[in-house]
Amino acid sequence: MEGAWRGGGLDKEEVERYARQLVLPSFGVANQRKLKESSVLVVGAGGLGSPVCLYLAAAGVGRIGVVDHDHVEKSNLHRQVLHAEDQVGTHKAVSASISMHRLNSTTTVETHVDGFRPKAALKLVEGYDVVVDASDNPATRYCVNDACVIANRPLVSGAAIGTDGQLSVYNHGEGGPCYRCVWPDPPASGSCQRCSDHGVLGVLPGIIGTLQALETIKVITGIGECTSGKLLMFDGLCTGFRTLKLRGRQASCAACGPEATITRDTIAAYDYEAKCGGPMHDRGEGACLKVLGKDRRVSCSRLSERMEEAVGRGGDRDFVLMDVRPRPEFDFAHLPGSVSLPMEDLEEAASGGEGAGLGAYVDNGKDVLVVCRRGNDSQVAVRRLEEAGVANAFDVEGGLQSWSQTVDPTFPLY
Amino acid sequence: MVWVYLQFGGGLETLFDSVKSHKVEIPSKKKEGLSDRTTVKGVINYIQKKMLKKNPEMFLKGKELRPGILVLINDIDWELGGKEECIVENNDVVLFLSTLHGG
Ligand SMILES: [Zn+2]
Repeated sequence: MEGAWRGGGLDKEEVERYARQLVLPSFGVANQRKLKESSVLVVGAGGLGSPVCLYLAAAGVGRIGVVDHDHVEKSNLHRQVLHAEDQVGTHKAVSASISMHRLNSTTTVETHVDGFRPKAALKLVEGYDVVVDASDNPATRYCVNDACVIANRPLVSGAAIGTDGQLSVYNHGEGGPCYRCVWPDPPASGSCQRCSDHGVLGVLPGIIGTLQALETIKVITGIGECTSGKLLMFDGLCTGFRTLKLRGRQASCAACGPEATITRDTIAAYDYEAKCGGPMHDRGEGACLKVLGKDRRVSCSRLSERMEEAVGRGGDRDFVLMDVRPRPEFDFAHLPGSVSLPMEDLEEAASGGEGAGLGAYVDNGKDVLVVCRRGNDSQVAVRRLEEAGVANAFDVEGGLQSWSQTVDPTFPLY
Repeated sequence: MVWVYLQFGGGLETLFDSVKSHKVEIPSKKKEGLSDRTTVKGVINYIQKKMLKKNPEMFLKGKELRPGILVLINDIDWELGGKEECIVENNDVVLFLSTLHGG
């Protein structure tokens, strides 16, 4: 019939769906169409990637690519709200695509299940208009940045750990710096905190990821002013935002400078893990350190036997079981009869500082069996005890992770 | 003497008893006709001598600031104001920041 309506290029379904942002004077139908015609690559379907994927799909971005290499674990659920209980064990990119499809079936979702690798980086990034860095390790962050610089794509970067967050848009706008311009050198490996070790309050990546979704929408549509050339810092404990003014593009930058060494030809072979702060993932590693010889180590099953023997003697243990994990971890789960002496305190006690020294923890002559989460710190602790004159200290191999896997499956694995 | 706020973020606070903000008094040379002032170099020197107790290698490389740490004076990147020669005056806020990686 002749009475059919006219509009800005969206159909009835779309107008009804996006009506609340179409009526916004600062947004409108033209920008909704830009979202529909745009594509976004989200690197990481974790704590940051969750709100990014959900809000971008909900907002009507036409095509979203999700990169990850991991599977959903139980310990992800407190912050990675893309994934639900029944998706534990599912590949994160696949799980993300299911959640986005449930939310908005008109968004095309592409899954990239091999993670973000230097070899495929450029091709991946060139397939999308905007890239969101929601990864969890420095090596990937440098690799994503370099690919964005080479492919000339804006990079919406976020990070969160503990109760802190950071946000910036790199490689965007007139003279806007890239990630490498601002952070030419990766942080000291010891200061590089990982969620798997250091912890993160679940809502923190939610806040930063939500801001990344906002910045992405602004980059696509051009509304407002992006966090380009600026760094937004968020302190969750005082609920404080702070905007820092950053340098512009640097002539000395190895990625975007006139004499860049990381180029279309070199990126695939660039050794990010060696040069940019470690592995391109943040999986909880097993015991990998080998500080001690075999004679200084006992297995979890041997520890279990010695505990049982003591029970047979009416509870009289002929050894001290020392737990060197940080106090919060001891507080939520520890072995019966173990004493808590976190690494830092051990260091202080062993160096004969104030406090009572080691005497309060080491029962004269008894063996000291040292346990930690994964069997790395405990080896360092044994070495430290030896240096402080404790001759009969032993490492419990593989730590409480191994205890849970080989002796007592009811002990929480985290 | 110059009173300044020293702040640490992005994990660097763990080197300073996990306290993010410190108000400190830094000795300075009096110059005729000028208010008391120091430089970022003077601030780093002060931190090295008076505040840094453990793991100095996480903050310093030799006597210089460790590469990878961003310095902001009153929330502006020190790269925009002369790096270690940036002037620091009474009540200025000097923030030392490391990049976060978690996600
Ligand atoms: Zn650059």
